[in-house]
This record gives sequence, structure tokens and C-alpha cells, in this order.
Amino acid sequence: MANVLAVSGLEKRYGSVRALKGVDLEVGEGELVGLLGPNGAGKSTLVKIAVGLVRPSAGRAEVAGARAGSRRARAQLGYLAELFRFPGWYSADEVLALHQRLAGSHGGRDERRRLLELVALADAADRRVDGMSKGMQQRLGVAQALVGSPRLLLLDEPTSALDPVGRRTVRLLLERLREHGVSVLLNSHLLSEIELVCDRVAILLAGEVVAAGSPSELSRPRGVELETDEGVRTIEGAGRDDAPRLVADAVAAGRRVFGVRVLTSTLEDTYLEAVGGETS
Amino acid sequence: MRSVAAIAAYGFREALRRKVFAVVVLLTAIFLVLFWLANHYVFRELSGIQPPADVNVDTRTFAGAFLIGLAMFATLFLGVVLAVFLTLGVVSGDAERGLLQPLVVRPVGRGTLLLSRFLGAAAVAVVYVLAVYGAALAITGTAGDWTPPSRVAPGLELAGGVVIVIALSLLGSVALSSTANGIAVFMLFGAGLVAGLLGTIGHALNSHTIKHASTIAAWALPFEALYQDGLRLISRDQTGITGFLLQLGPFGGAYVHGWQIRVWAAAYLVLALVLALLAFRRRDL
Repeated sequence: MANVLAVSGLEKRYGSVRALKGVDLEVGEGELVGLLGPNGAGKSTLVKIAVGLVRPSAGRAEVAGARAGSRRARAQLGYLAELFRFPGWYSADEVLALHQRLAGSHGGRDERRRLLELVALADAADRRVDGMSKGMQQRLGVAQALVGSPRLLLLDEPTSALDPVGRRTVRLLLERLREHGVSVLLNSHLLSEIELVCDRVAILLAGEVVAAGSPSELSRPRGVELETDEGVRTIEGAGRDDAPRLVADAVAAGRRVFGVRVLTSTLEDTYLEAVGGETS
Repeated sequence: MRSVAAIAAYGFREALRRKVFAVVVLLTAIFLVLFWLANHYVFRELSGIQPPADVNVDTRTFAGAFLIGLAMFATLFLGVVLAVFLTLGVVSGDAERGLLQPLVVRPVGRGTLLLSRFLGAAAVAVVYVLAVYGAALAITGTAGDWTPPSRVAPGLELAGGVVIVIALSLLGSVALSSTANGIAVFMLFGAGLVAGLLGTIGHALNSHTIKHASTIAAWALPFEALYQDGLRLISRDQTGITGFLLQLGPFGGAYVHGWQIRVWAAAYLVLALVLALLAFRRRDL
């Protein structure tokens, strides 16, 4: 699988502060990668370097083989910033039309209509941005990022202002994009969201990747819980493969078994373990 | 070109929305009405003014050149107000508000974005300056039946001065917040005007030090030198006591003038734009 985003040994210093300390990260074709970490871990800096807003101090970042920040790299990506604003006097349709011109997209009215439908804003095409809720603006931001059919989508907290229905809309959209081969780097604090949609997850702490892998790889066995007539007992260190034997042993010992449950850590457990409870 | 037009139109709509044009049009209307009143009364009273018989002053030329000089000052000031408010937050201001980032990551690039904003602001400011200057000439021509010997070049030099201020404002917007940039550009503008007046005083007093300081300021701030050169051109044919009196006044004109300062002003403009582009390219957003 070719990498659409390839980052290696990436460093960024702001004066004496090292925001990134040699980060390696890859996003393959059609892959959805989640970026997790506490505030100040360097997630937004990493994304900003990838889109060319921030210059790296050292290391390499490439988008579809082109140096991050170069015109060729920018032509391949769509980006939604964590803190963004569109001019309040533009309508949703005008925002997309402006970005079509800047992205060199020839999609015209059809592309704009399709994108607004994708983010459930088809009825708000003529509504001005300053008349939209924060959630609507965020969905418009996602639509803007998709102008010109980018190969790589970088979304920095795309659902922070969305209600549950809006989040679901974006989640379904991301899954649909993956089916169409679009690669996505998703920076979010919503662990459940990341767990649901991402193929791989990278956890950043103080500018370093401290854990990476698929959500299932990051989830470790935490034992087997057995409920018998003696009560609930947790057999630590046991896994899914041990469950039948544990039930058989209990029955052989004359116990009545009411239930058995294989315990695995959630992404949240893994995250909390990785960041050590750090919040900023 | 499609991108350049789109970004220039974006800046234009932003200015419309922020009522920049409304403020400038209102101020301009007030100025032109006052200027018409001044012309009306000055030229009406002109026939009653009797200079001493041995003083050969062309009162109509003196009044006309003085009033056009005043109009040029007001046009420069209003043009600078427009220029500064069109450009003071193009980089830092828009970045702080989150408006810039979605545009910068597009393939169009930072250089095109900045140049487009410059071209958009310069086009608006040049049209504005020429229109107000032209209106002032028409008012003085109608009310006083006087037109300066050179009409086109002073207008172009005024417009050129405002374009240089736009470039400086864009350069400032890369490093400074909107408020700080606005203050800095207006202070530069004020410093230039003071230096120009000092030059006039220096020549009247024949003070080498003041003349030298004024000359340095004219080269350091060529927008002021262009304005002064424009003033010089509107009264360039005046000799004798009329020319002497005009030279003594605040609108007497430049002592640093000619093609050298014009070429330097063009080079200065290019230099300011190149510095702004280089600084913008290196700026983390």
C-alpha cells in the first residue's frame, strides 16, 4: 500500500519548546488513521506541518511523494483546521465556489451540490455563514476540505462542535470516503469515534508517538470474568482461548456457571495508560 | 489569473462588509463639499484682495495652487486610510481569526495570495486617489478658473505614494497584529509628513541640518517624496514672488525630486513586496 502521507524524524521547535521530537507516521492509500493525545502533545503541529502551515525544524514530511507545503503536495490534500472561520458574509455555496477556484477544481455547481448533500447542508446552500450554527459551519468546513476530490484529508477536531447526529453524519462520511480510496488523518479527542472508524491509531505525548497500531492491536487482554454460584471472579492473564477451559474446570469442580466474559482493554484504557493521565 | 481574481474579489467583499468603503466615501464626500466651499469663497473674495503695488503676486495662481496642494494632502490622507484599512490584517489579523489557513493550504500558494491582495487593494486605492484628485481639479477649475500646469503626473505620484503604503502595510501585517500594524503605518505616514514640512522650514531658514534630515526622510519614506514631488509639479512654472510664497507654504513641494526619486520609489515598492513575500513564506500559521 503506497503511503499518501509519510512523516519521518519530524521535529518542530518553538524557541526552547520542542513541540515534536522525531515523529514517524504513515498514512496509506485509503487508510483512516486517528491521531490521539492530550492538549499540547503536538497533534495540531504535526497536521499543520503536513499541510504546509508550519515549517518543520528537522525531519521529513511528504504528501503523495511531494514535500509537504509544496504546491504539488497542497494540490493533493484537503484540510479542516481546528480553529477556522469562513467569511460571515459568504453563503455556503459561495464558500465552496471560492475554494473550487483556489483548488483549481472544475467540479462546478454539481460538485458543490454533492458536497453539501454529503454533509447534510443541501438546504442551506444559500444561507450565509454568519447565520449558521457552529455545527453547520463545521460541516461546511468538512465539505470545503473535500473540494477538488483530495487524495488525503486532514481533519483537526472535525466533530468538536457537532451534536450526536452531526457526528454520525461525519463518521459515515469518513467511512464512505475510505471506500472511495481517500486517505484520512483524523485528529480528535473523541476516543469512541476514533475506535469506531479508524484503521490505525497513533497516540502522541509530548511530541513523541508513544503507542501506535490498529484499535484491536492496542486493546490488550485483561483477563476472563467468571460468574458462578460462588460469585464473580476475575482470572487475570487469561484470554479468549482460555475461556472454554476455565468454564470446564469450574463445572468439573462442581460449580454452577452463570456467565463468562472475556475482558479486553478499550482504546480509552490504552490511551490513559499511554499518556499517564496527562491532560495538557 | 482565476485565483488572483478570486482572492482580490474576496478582499474587496471583505472591505465592503467591514464598511471600509462606506467610511471612506462618507469622509470623501464631506471633504469634497468643504473643498468646494473653500474654493467658492476664496475665489469670490479674490477680486477684493489688493496686494501692495510693488509686490507682483498672481493671487489666482497662488490661491489655486494652495488649494490644490491642500486637496492633494487630503487625498493622500484619505487614500492612506483606505489603503491601511484594506490591508492591515491581511496576514496576522486573518490568521488570528482563522480566515487565512483554509486559503493558504490551497495550491494557489502564499505568494499568489499576498500579491492578489496587494493588486486588489492597489487597484481600489489608485482608482480612488485619481477620482478624488480629479474631482478636486474639477472643483478648482470650475470655481476659480485655474488649473495647474501639470495635472496627470501629480495624480499618478499621489497614487504611487498610496501604493507604496499598501506594500508597507502588507509587510507589517506579516509580523504585527492588525492594531499594531495600523498604528505603525499611520506613524510612518505621519513621520513622512513631518519630515516634508521640516524640509520646507529647513529651506526657508537655510538650515543645512534640517534640509539633510528631510532629504534622508524623503529617501527612507518615498511615498512622502512622491507627494512632495506632485506638489512641486502643480506650481513648477511659478517664479518671482508668487513662486517664492508658494515655496514658503506647507504645500510648497519637494526639494528631493525628479526621476531619481521616482525610480527609487518603484524599487522601494518592489523591495517592500519581496520582503513581505519572503517573510510570509517563513511565517508559521
